[in-house]
Amino acid sequence: MKNLTDITDKVKKNLIWKSIFRRDYRNTVRDRAMAVFGNVFLHLHPVQVRESAVKLRFTWGMGGITFFAFIILVITGVVLMFYYHPSVDQAYTDIKDLEFQVPYGVILRNLHRWGAHFMVIVVMIHMFRVFMTGSYKAPRQFNWGIGVFLLVLTFLLSFTGYLTPWDQLGFWAITVGTNMGAATPLLGYQGPFSELLHITPYNDVRFALLGGAQVAGNALLRSYIWHCVAIPLVATILMLVHFWRVRKDGGISKPQK
Amino acid sequence: MQDDRELLTEQENIDQGTSEGGQAESGDRRKFLTRVGWGSLAGFLAINSLAFLRFFYPRVLFEAPSQFKVGFPADYPPGAVNSQYQREFGTWIIRLQDGSFFAMESKCTHLGCTPSWMESQKKFKCPCHGSGYYISGLNFEGPAPRPMDRFKISIAEDGQLLVDKTIKYPGVPGKESNEVYPQSLLKV
Ligand code: HEM
Ligand code: FES
Repeated sequence: MKNLTDITDKVKKNLIWKSIFRRDYRNTVRDRAMAVFGNVFLHLHPVQVRESAVKLRFTWGMGGITFFAFIILVITGVVLMFYYHPSVDQAYTDIKDLEFQVPYGVILRNLHRWGAHFMVIVVMIHMFRVFMTGSYKAPRQFNWGIGVFLLVLTFLLSFTGYLTPWDQLGFWAITVGTNMGAATPLLGYQGPFSELLHITPYNDVRFALLGGAQVAGNALLRSYIWHCVAIPLVATILMLVHFWRVRKDGGISKPQK
Repeated sequence: MQDDRELLTEQENIDQGTSEGGQAESGDRRKFLTRVGWGSLAGFLAINSLAFLRFFYPRVLFEAPSQFKVGFPADYPPGAVNSQYQREFGTWIIRLQDGSFFAMESKCTHLGCTPSWMESQKKFKCPCHGSGYYISGLNFEGPAPRPMDRFKISIAEDGQLLVDKTIKYPGVPGKESNEVYPQSLLKV
């Protein structure tokens, strides 16, 4: 016992420890609150929550689970990137390599793939519960709006990730998806008014998405960058705002008695 | 002591500024400059976002050229579909029984998959949702809404067949393209 206190003293009573934690922690209400306030990540969350807010049958915990899925996807996604080249010649064989040769590659890829399906499903359930509990009402309208963007970004993450293996599924999904863009009024070369406005396959929205007029190397690279960098970045920022607003709007809404 | 003096002089400078220009005018000037400042920033950002948008439209494409030669007419037997240029150029070179040529885009008019020519059944079949087309490109089964599109085909100076994908003859629903676009047929 004496030795243990010696060790904790050694670890805690020095400049490095103190520079990181700044203050001593005693398990009091005040210190628990300070621990949340003083932490850049935790302070996004309310310091105290109502008892009703932690009742599973009201929130279903679906927002939190969506965030959990997102974290899993970011971690497994970054690890996958070490073995994946976003090029037409290599993408498909890299996926095969991951599945059959890379140590733990199968579980890695499947975690990412199933995690992605999971996130899309739970984000919709989360939205459903927010709607059914009427939690979109004042003062939470703004956070509902942020949520709509997060929903769209989740779908876009799923869609752009689908092309990355450069297999038949992804290739044709992107073909069909960008053709829908091409058929959009005022934006695509096949849409209404396209002749009037001189919209061609070389200057429409499909061209910008594909980086060319064909589903080819540029499209794969663009999809990859949207998927791995741009969309996760925007989604992360919006999630921070989303969580912060839950706190600022007075915590999770509560069930009506 | 020294510091106080400097502060005082600074304050005096400000006072002089206001007494010279008058309170109202300096307020206007400040407002004006603020507007110019924020205005230029907004303009700068607006132009930058336009540039960012333009950035997504590449100038040079490393794709197959839109005009290409496909060999001499004598290389093609009548009544056959040539799929040799499908992969690179997305185009079939078709020679009808009467010896005339046309070039057709290898693209289903439903959602853009690539159909295949089925020699035994004499039809184009789309693997995605099952659309079927006759050799002329006219659709007869599946969800395709119209015949497949044709490109202009002509004879180049050296006698080879020349396909020009920039000139397109889009299929018209329910119509036979041979009749709607006689100019899409090349008689040799
Ligand atoms: C990336 C996707 C999303 C994540 C990670 C996320 C996360 C969260 C979390 C952790 C909460 C706390 C309450 C709970 O767990 O249910 C929450 C609440 C909320 N979310 Fe989301 N969410 C996402 C998408 C959405 C969508 C699509 C909507 C609706 C359009 C939405 C609207 C809301 C609203 C209005 C609240 C406050 C609910 C209340 O006060 O009861 N969120 N979100
Ligand atoms: S894309 Fe050819 S049938 Fe749907």
